Amino acid sequence: MKRLHLPRTLAAGVALLAAIVLAVLIIPLLSPYDPTAEDISSMLQPPSFVHPFGTDQLGRDLLVRVAAAGRVDLALMVGVELLPFIIGTAAGLIAGYYGGWPNRIITLLSDALIAFPFYLLVAVVAFVTGTGVTGIFLTFLIMGWIIFARTVKGATASLAGEEWVESARVMGFSDTSILLRQMLPNVFSQAVIVLVSDMVALLVAIVTLGYLGLGVTPPTPDWGTMIADGQSFLATRWWVSTLPGTAVVLVGIALALIGDGLNDARRQV
Amino acid sequence: MTRHASSALFEMRGITVHYGGFTAVDHVSLSLPKGRAIGIVGESGAGKSTLARVAAGLIAPAEGQVLLAGQPLAPIRRTREQRRRVQMVFQNPDSSLNPSHSVYRILSEGMLLHHTLGSRPSREVITRRCLELLRMVGLGESAGILSRRPQAFSGGQRQRIAIARALAVNPDVLVADEPTSALDVSVQHEILDLLAELRQTNGLSLMLITHDLGVANALCDDIMVMRGGRSVVHKSTEGLFADPGPQYAQDLLAAARSVSIAPGMRG
Repeated sequence: MKRLHLPRTLAAGVALLAAIVLAVLIIPLLSPYDPTAEDISSMLQPPSFVHPFGTDQLGRDLLVRVAAAGRVDLALMVGVELLPFIIGTAAGLIAGYYGGWPNRIITLLSDALIAFPFYLLVAVVAFVTGTGVTGIFLTFLIMGWIIFARTVKGATASLAGEEWVESARVMGFSDTSILLRQMLPNVFSQAVIVLVSDMVALLVAIVTLGYLGLGVTPPTPDWGTMIADGQSFLATRWWVSTLPGTAVVLVGIALALIGDGLNDARRQV
Repeated sequence: MTRHASSALFEMRGITVHYGGFTAVDHVSLSLPKGRAIGIVGESGAGKSTLARVAAGLIAPAEGQVLLAGQPLAPIRRTREQRRRVQMVFQNPDSSLNPSHSVYRILSEGMLLHHTLGSRPSREVITRRCLELLRMVGLGESAGILSRRPQAFSGGQRQRIAIARALAVNPDVLVADEPTSALDVSVQHEILDLLAELRQTNGLSLMLITHDLGVANALCDDIMVMRGGRSVVHKSTEGLFADPGPQYAQDLLAAARSVSIAPGMRG
């Protein structure tokens, strides 16, 4: 039997993401600085031994702030994605398996929603709920399930005619059992690959909203607001915007590698 | 004993199926006593597979009734026990086993659903039964097989696993839809031998769908020839070969005689 080997891209992505998560968790515990503590005497210091990432315009230590913001943004990324992932996968299974009117309803709904520009919807929701995490959460709940529903629907529909599905029906399994125990294991890997690449888009959205002042609200640290903070002195004090920006890029690279690797691993089987 | 139970274990009466405006099966009836085998023979498009799917409760007929031991079966919503008693083996061994499940899971989930080993069998008991089934279908008794997935097996081996899956719930009726047509000729014989043997040892009633009259002749007591959704001939195998009846059956018979499949596998 052929031995499966983990694709190198997957291993690299997992290692990078693990390193980022570890750093984000540990740095605030070890650092002597409070991510929100202002210190007017050491404003806009360049990176040094005392402040490895330098300080911002309010004298806050940027290393501990980048890490603390990472905790906020990464937790938000995972938390916000969870419900749309479950809802979308369930909707896709149902639409793909039954076809007919469940499929028409789900397709109609997703077509109608996807016609809405995402950032416009964010602005509308933010206007209603006020800026902050609730708006991001709601917007993603409305929009985020669609991509999972579409992916899982296609995969499920292509399997629905397979004889092992008919065989499960002849055996006497209920539709619920066929969907969850027979179908889901065969479409789950595709849903996870989409999940990983969608998380990159979500992280960028969270950061963008923070940057626009529609997302995470100060004083809670967030990569988006930090990038916005440094924008006015980008030419002279590069580290204020660049370092949180680099953190976003690194997470994006890690997730992209994981997505690619999972895709490769799926094709091997 | 009721009148029905003494005559036929499994019966189909006046089955008619439409696909859109097209009539795939047109008022077909058959009866299958316990332990007997009936062959449904015809060209592709004759309605054989549709009839098989009605028998297995996958398609609801527009007209007609399916009866098991004299009891009418609901078209699709059969009870769990009725499901257990009528099992099916499919044509394409490449798609009839769930690719993400192990052989152990494929064989055991039916047993667990129908409690054929009691309500909470231990893993040892399940494993022993799985190995017994594998031996029955000629796949040996190596426990290593149980942990593998369908992709690790050849077409003939997969078909054996599919047969074992059907047998796992001790059915009374086995519907086999072209079980050999996707396999190599040498493997075809092995599977046919296996079905003939299982019929005897398990007292199965067999409904065998095939385009090959030679295969039906080798395995079945009765043969129904279908064409354009209708039953054109329905008689005992000996009777059919002695007096084929309509021209179409004569032609089929002539074609089958030119292919040498030895009769005598019949029970």
